[in-house]
Amino acid sequence: MPQILVEELSKTYRVAERDPGLGGAVRGLFARRWRTIEALKGVSFSLEQGELLGFIGPNGAGKSTTIKILSGILEPTAGRCEVDGLTPWTSRVRHVARIGVVFGQRTQLWWDLPVIEGFDLLRDIYRVPQADYVRTRDELTALLRIEGLLRQPVRQLSLGQRMRCEIAAAMLHSPPLLFLDEPTIGLDAPSKLAVREFVQRLNRERGVTVILTTHDMHDIEALAQRVIVIGKGAILADGPFTDLREGVLAERRLMADFTGEAPALELPGVRTIARQGRALELAFDPKAIAAADLIARIAADHPLADVRVEEPPIEEVIARFYDLHGAGEG
Amino acid sequence: MGPIRLLGRYFRASVHAQAQYPGSLAMLSLGAFVANFVDVIAIAALFARFGQVKGWTFGEVAMFYGVVSVAFAFADFLSRGFDVLGTEFIRTGAFDRLLLRPRSLTVQLVGHDPRLSRVGRLAQGLAALALATVALKFRWDASAVALAAWTVLGGVALFSGIFMLQATLAFWTVESLEVANLLTYGGVQAAQFPLSLYAEWFRGVLIFIVPLGCVAYFPVVGLLGRHDPLGAPDWFLPLAPAAGFAFLAAALAVWRVGVRHYTSTGS
Amino acid sequence: MAAAAPALLRPYLAVFAGRFLQMLQYRAAAIAGFATQCWWGATKIMIYAAFYATAPQAAGALSLPQVITYTWLAQALLVLAPWNGDPDVALAVRTGAVSFDRVRPVDAYAWRYAAAAAWITARAVPRAALMFALAGVALPLLGLGAWSWQAPADLSAAALFVPSLALAVALSSAFVMLINVCVVATLTDRGINTLMMPLAIIFTGNLLPLQLFPDWARTALFLQPFAGVFDIPFRIYFGQLAGASAALGLALQLGWTAVLAAAGWLWLQRVMRRLQVQGG
Repeated sequence: MPQILVEELSKTYRVAERDPGLGGAVRGLFARRWRTIEALKGVSFSLEQGELLGFIGPNGAGKSTTIKILSGILEPTAGRCEVDGLTPWTSRVRHVARIGVVFGQRTQLWWDLPVIEGFDLLRDIYRVPQADYVRTRDELTALLRIEGLLRQPVRQLSLGQRMRCEIAAAMLHSPPLLFLDEPTIGLDAPSKLAVREFVQRLNRERGVTVILTTHDMHDIEALAQRVIVIGKGAILADGPFTDLREGVLAERRLMADFTGEAPALELPGVRTIARQGRALELAFDPKAIAAADLIARIAADHPLADVRVEEPPIEEVIARFYDLHGAGEG
Repeated sequence: MGPIRLLGRYFRASVHAQAQYPGSLAMLSLGAFVANFVDVIAIAALFARFGQVKGWTFGEVAMFYGVVSVAFAFADFLSRGFDVLGTEFIRTGAFDRLLLRPRSLTVQLVGHDPRLSRVGRLAQGLAALALATVALKFRWDASAVALAAWTVLGGVALFSGIFMLQATLAFWTVESLEVANLLTYGGVQAAQFPLSLYAEWFRGVLIFIVPLGCVAYFPVVGLLGRHDPLGAPDWFLPLAPAAGFAFLAAALAVWRVGVRHYTSTGS
Repeated sequence: MAAAAPALLRPYLAVFAGRFLQMLQYRAAAIAGFATQCWWGATKIMIYAAFYATAPQAAGALSLPQVITYTWLAQALLVLAPWNGDPDVALAVRTGAVSFDRVRPVDAYAWRYAAAAAWITARAVPRAALMFALAGVALPLLGLGAWSWQAPADLSAAALFVPSLALAVALSSAFVMLINVCVVATLTDRGINTLMMPLAIIFTGNLLPLQLFPDWARTALFLQPFAGVFDIPFRIYFGQLAGASAALGLALQLGWTAVLAAAGWLWLQRVMRRLQVQGG
């Protein structure tokens, strides 16, 4: 029995439009034009307890809309959705007691209060028994390394510190399902790593189901076993990330440094990406020619100083994917 | 933790939050103190110059004013969250966070930012009642106290309902709406003086549309032991505050419609 | 317009125009504000009429028609009363964006002043127009001329009213700037907004025409800075301040504007220097 079941979810909006300039502003005082937007068109998927799902797509694709519906704060126009047997928007109070939500860059903690007081308030709001609260809180603050920050008012924290506190706050009531909406946006590298490591432990060691939306593809690479790509309101792909990569850009990169000048190579199944001085970057299809063979072929004629084989950058994979499916913005 | 204790927690948190800004807290207290005297200054100046108005003396007007102020002070204290719903919750997206908490929206909004400065308005209302007592040599027997308390409760219900209606408007237009100020602050101002001062159409609005007259004028006329110069029967006077509760019930229904609208259109 | 102005003024004209257009968008707020003010105006006028009917001889310097016109004028121009600081400034302080003020290649005070002036005038214009249509045009047409917004006393009163009104806006903007600087200094707008509101309500003449206060207070009330926002321009309007006393009124408006602007500018310099930035 899947934990999350989504069937043919659809959502349409109306937004008001206004002409620019003074004339438009005055006209806007009297009459408005409306535009219909189809944010979701029949989205369907299901999720088992303990999965970690990466939810990606270009801006305006429908990611936030889906998350809002799943968390119960938005009603769909059509379709069905069940989380642990509850329909989010009709059983709001029971449903939200069992989920945690983190919005990147927005904090749910009280701005002027010390972090720990915000935690205490949340304990009362979520009715967490004191003993459970203390244990969970201490575990979370240790894992996220925020012990020293607890007495500081939230407004004095840096973004990275705030986000770690934010994630702790979302988990204080030990929900079995966690939504993370752009959690690493604007964070420095150590903070990003801390967040990723924490989410991974949460998922692997405690079986918390996680749905992660992000533009940072390294988050996806590090965390997501399964990826759903959404574009213009429809699901474009649903499966392991490696399948996605294979399907789009089934090639590898070879970076070679030569002892002499880098040669211009003409080999079947091999494409030169860049050549400068002693460095050469090639793209090759591993099905047409294995990496080891390729290296051997090159080294036979041209002495190699160093060699590296990599996968293409993820951003390229994803951008190529969006292109292929006409899913780009606008 | 039940809603009442949670409200207490919210209140303590709010005080603590304001205490983080000491300079501002001083101005806040001073401003709140001065603000209490604003209406009183106007009334006092007018009575000092003119003596009385349409058969009502200063003491009687002070009684009207006191009852309305006390009711409004309590309602204002409880309704801050509704008052700022548009600017502090809907426009910023913070309302979503309220929906994500396993608590009723009303409790969360009532607990939002309860302002200690409202105590000033309560003190002012009580001071006006004290003035009225002295000026009229008024006797507060059990039935008078009961009637006054019942009137205040009706007034709290009415004003809370107005704040709730104002908040509901914020679901449709996120612009800061002064319409309800018309009814809350304007209502307090209008109800300070006995309705017999106003033109007929205005009285009609204050009795039948937003029943301010029912939670201020009529019951206080009864309290003062006078007959209503507008002709309402004596038995009606003490029953009038019930209209405040009816209004609040209607406001709650409209509020629910507003929340439903929000969750189907998003932000 | 902004493109043709001297280079020095361009950024300030631009921020004025931008804020003006932004505030014009809020149509529901304008209509709601208008409805509110009609109510307040009507309530106050009925109360005044009741008092005047009871003891007309006690009125003193102002007649009932003058008080009625005063009330309509005060409602029409209500947004001129410096109750609160500019909400943009409070938001900028809260998010830490206020530090951008130091980075722009313009004078921070003049920048915010232009924005405040736009904030005030853009909200005032639609409300004043609507209020005039109702109280100045519709009421007389409906035969309720005695309750209406009457015309200025004579041509010279009308002519002097225009600069007086402009000075009222300038003065109000200077007040708003003082509030803004206070918000930046205390890092929150709660305290100063709470303090300013009752002071502004009483001393601008919003609550009660200053002439209706006890006679012994009249001179002091005339000389204080807030009087230039409502009381002075309105009394010029119905000719109660004419000739030399009108000139004195205008001088007071101008003088107080200069004093408050200078004080605000100096204070802002100090505050910006030791700015403690919130947010991260």
